[in-house]
Amino acid sequence: MNQRSRLNLLVIQIFIASLMVALFGRLFYLQVAAGPKYRDAALSIQSRDVVTPANRGFIVDSSGVPLALNKVGLAVTVDRTKIDKLPDKGAAVIQDLVTLLGLNFADVWQRTRLCGELPKGQKSGCWTGSRFQPIPITKSADPQLALRIVERSDRYPGISATPVALRNYPEILGVNGGHVLGYVGPLTDSDLSGANGRSYFRSESIGKAGLEIKYDNVLRGTPGIKTFIVDRKEAVTSTSQNTKPISGSHLVTSLDVRLQAATEKALADAVKRARSLGHRADGGAAVVLDVRNGQVLALASYPTYDPNAFERGLTVAEADALYSQTTGVPALNRALQGLYAPGSTFKAVSVIAAKAAGYSLNANYKCPAEVQVGNRAFQNFESKAQGTISLKKAIAVSCDTIWYQIAYDEWVRDGGLRPDSNPHDYFFNAAKGFRMGEKTGVDLPSESAGRLANRQWKQNWYQQNKDFYCNYKERATKAQQTAFLLQLAHENCLDGDKVRAGDAVNFSIGQGDTVVTPIKLAQMYAAIANGGTLWQPTVAKAIVATDGSVIQKFEPKKLGEISADAETLAFLHDALHEVTTSGTSAGVFAGFPIATAGKTGTAQVFGRNPNGTQKADTAWYASFAPAKNPRYAVVMMVSQGGFGASTSGAGVRQIYATLFGVQGNTVKPELALFPEGKPPSKLPRISPATKPAASILNPGKAKVIAQKVATKP
Amino acid sequence: MSTFLNRRSYRRTRDRSYFSGFDPILTAAVATLLIFGTLLVYAATRDWYSANGLDPQYYLKRHVINIVIGLTLAWGTTIIDYRLLRAYTPFIWGFGVLGLIFVLIPGVGSDINGAKAWIRLPAGFQIQPAEIAKISIIIGISMLLSERTHNSDAPSNQDVLKALAVAALPILLILLQPDMGTVFIISASVVTILAVSGAPTRWVVGLILLAVIGGFVATKAGVISDYQVKRLQSFVDPNADAKGAGYQLRQARITVGSGGLIGTGLFNGPQTNGRFVPEQQTDFIFTVAGEETGFLGSGVIILLLLTILMRAFGIARRSTDPYGTLVCTGVIAWFAFQIFENVGMTLGLMPMTGVPLPFLSYGGSSMFANLIGFGLLQNVHASHRS
Repeated sequence: MNQRSRLNLLVIQIFIASLMVALFGRLFYLQVAAGPKYRDAALSIQSRDVVTPANRGFIVDSSGVPLALNKVGLAVTVDRTKIDKLPDKGAAVIQDLVTLLGLNFADVWQRTRLCGELPKGQKSGCWTGSRFQPIPITKSADPQLALRIVERSDRYPGISATPVALRNYPEILGVNGGHVLGYVGPLTDSDLSGANGRSYFRSESIGKAGLEIKYDNVLRGTPGIKTFIVDRKEAVTSTSQNTKPISGSHLVTSLDVRLQAATEKALADAVKRARSLGHRADGGAAVVLDVRNGQVLALASYPTYDPNAFERGLTVAEADALYSQTTGVPALNRALQGLYAPGSTFKAVSVIAAKAAGYSLNANYKCPAEVQVGNRAFQNFESKAQGTISLKKAIAVSCDTIWYQIAYDEWVRDGGLRPDSNPHDYFFNAAKGFRMGEKTGVDLPSESAGRLANRQWKQNWYQQNKDFYCNYKERATKAQQTAFLLQLAHENCLDGDKVRAGDAVNFSIGQGDTVVTPIKLAQMYAAIANGGTLWQPTVAKAIVATDGSVIQKFEPKKLGEISADAETLAFLHDALHEVTTSGTSAGVFAGFPIATAGKTGTAQVFGRNPNGTQKADTAWYASFAPAKNPRYAVVMMVSQGGFGASTSGAGVRQIYATLFGVQGNTVKPELALFPEGKPPSKLPRISPATKPAASILNPGKAKVIAQKVATKP
Repeated sequence: MSTFLNRRSYRRTRDRSYFSGFDPILTAAVATLLIFGTLLVYAATRDWYSANGLDPQYYLKRHVINIVIGLTLAWGTTIIDYRLLRAYTPFIWGFGVLGLIFVLIPGVGSDINGAKAWIRLPAGFQIQPAEIAKISIIIGISMLLSERTHNSDAPSNQDVLKALAVAALPILLILLQPDMGTVFIISASVVTILAVSGAPTRWVVGLILLAVIGGFVATKAGVISDYQVKRLQSFVDPNADAKGAGYQLRQARITVGSGGLIGTGLFNGPQTNGRFVPEQQTDFIFTVAGEETGFLGSGVIILLLLTILMRAFGIARRSTDPYGTLVCTGVIAWFAFQIFENVGMTLGLMPMTGVPLPFLSYGGSSMFANLIGFGLLQNVHASHRS
């Protein structure tokens, strides 16, 4: 060998040795440094978890009547991994199946499509779960038919039938409760990815709305898991883990099934009444609170949906209807998410503001037909002049012009368009005392915060919009270039960050940019009723294990005190009672044997309906009862519902009738919902068979119970 | 002192037995790997075969038979006279080329995993002519490059051209199968032999450049088939072909990685027993070692393979005649690049090709060829001592 050959041989030797060292290093990285990661990956390849979902806990009302429980159903499922392999993707099989089960092909086909594989806008009724879990097309199949399907597996490839636990909302006394209870459904991929910090298994159901989602982690329990080790052909080689499912705990709520049913019915009746008078009445909400602790006794939103429809399997039409404008978006919980100007119901807050500003509650004030503010005349409702009247009467008849004057004077005193560096802002501060513009904090999902249109909000709004208004000619569309809108844009550009006289005046009667949710208004009236304490509304009272032991009790939570002194509160109780005896709701409460207090509100709405018509007024009625030592606050709202009194006031009367056991104009104490006027404070025994006690809705039961007691020796 | 040493070795060679020429360390390393490989082949196939109602020892028995035949061939290669081997070279080369032509004839060659690389023999045996071609090319060009027709200690351009011609025909035939892994290994071996033969450097550099450009053009121009492009893509981006090559490479990596430091224990690897990695007894045998014996076991395998290579470098260096050096160099390059390609593929360092791991993988032709290669090393070792 010559010298070069020797050198080359050495170079090659070093090169090859370094190749081997590279392999060694890579091996070290894979097995030692990254070993745990690969071990996990290997485990997920080898193991298959078979999950037995736990029985979901019940949701019961305050006396133990079930609002949500479980039923055994027979599910017919489609295995997408199998039918997709058929030449026609399983269309023929599903056609056969729907003919046998008497279902609609389009609905079932849609139900077996993954939401991800459908184009936008055609996802209604799609399967939110994964391709790898059997998709139920019905959960309440006839056992005879199901047996036929299972026996003919050659004719129905990929189709099977299994008994399943069904979530069932028993609708006792016709109660719907969809917006409080929510519903359950299959897991989505985002649930599975652990986005909310919990881990789930594919075959589980999960709460999708309302209490079902809020308390999902307690209701759901722990599923049983059997882990099989499989090979590449999915043949089981061994079992590595086997745990039994642990049932979920029960949720005791403060709701009362009878009151909930009555509230839903009163709301639906109110909407119907408004419609019969030619109003659009596209939706509504009603809330009943216990004023002494903030517990929600009933909560309804209209239109509603059938919570049982989800387990039955939504048809495409049903799924579309949930979010459709034409059906009034039933999925929207207007009690928590609907934002409306409070209108005259806000005057209770204005009274507190006026008192703080030094106005006497016992003095007389002028109530002219209109008040000139700047270059605009602000009118009384229907331009009625009442002469000089007491403040109490002003509340009772809902005079606006008194408030225009006071609000305007206070606005001027605070510096008008050149505000003092430290303005008094009596009206804003009174509203702030009620925490307007903040969520109530109720234990239900998706609550809206509302809006308090004070100076701070104005400035924020201006920051976001000044660019648009100051360049209005370029930014706005042709249709928006009218003389009035151009003038408005000019004004907004000029001093849109300031609270103008018109804003201050509007604010005092609950109009303008300030909006609240029905539950917020109920919380505010409850605070007025109970002497000034703002409670956080709660639906859940306790979590009770299946063995009856109490796991957690939810204590009422005080959020704070409103800024009203005892004199003001006493005045308000008096004045709001006067509303029902000689004021705007005297007509609808005529002859009602229980003294109540309330305030009507007929709030103007700006904006247009989809068909181009001007939006009609919001009909509010905010109230509490009894007028002395109040116990309950009831608020009803019907959107585009016409007059507050005739639409919502009458609805609230209906709710009180059930609450106090009023038939006609007489009180039947045995039909009152709560003895001594107090909702139960003790936790009930939980049984799926618990029946509601007697009430106006089910008076027959009272006699039966009475007879039974009587016949006992 | 040196006289004494020479005498000792002389005396030993005088009364040498048939095995005295064996390098003990090289032999021990190969023997250990053969035993290790036998266990791994059994571990890779036992559970799957019994679970599917087949003879769990099917592969074990055949592997042992292959080893026995291979060792006989190695022994034969070791003791055969060196010069005789040179005389046979043209025949071995011709036999290899003939086999390579044979596999391309439809009906004779059997198509496995997209390559026509095997000739089916009776009793379920198959023969892979490319393995024989490896040996014939190595000894063929070593002969051409070590024969000096003029007074120079380096091969002339003419010698190099002859050697390249000898290598080119079988390489072209393997390209037609196509078996890119074997082409790569043989080409790398040829370049390595050229480098050590003392041939002009321009040849070595030129050939490496040609290989790089050729490979690039082939990929771009679509000369190489679809599945090979996919394999390359899935090497660059493991998600490119998630169900095919990408899947296999990912599974292989997971299987090796899950073994950790000490492994799951022989016969206890759930990835192996579940057969999640394909071709586990042949091309992916290293995953079995990785999962079941962990870093300790598979690290030992790499060290044993490194020992064989380093030992062979010593033999190549000590050989007194250029032919021996070049044959050793060729065998080293063959083993080294095949090991790197195979283990590198398993560990995700190299693209996927179907080459077995020397001394460990199941497979008759490859086992025979590897052991003949081992025999060649021993032969050179023995002859420079005689």
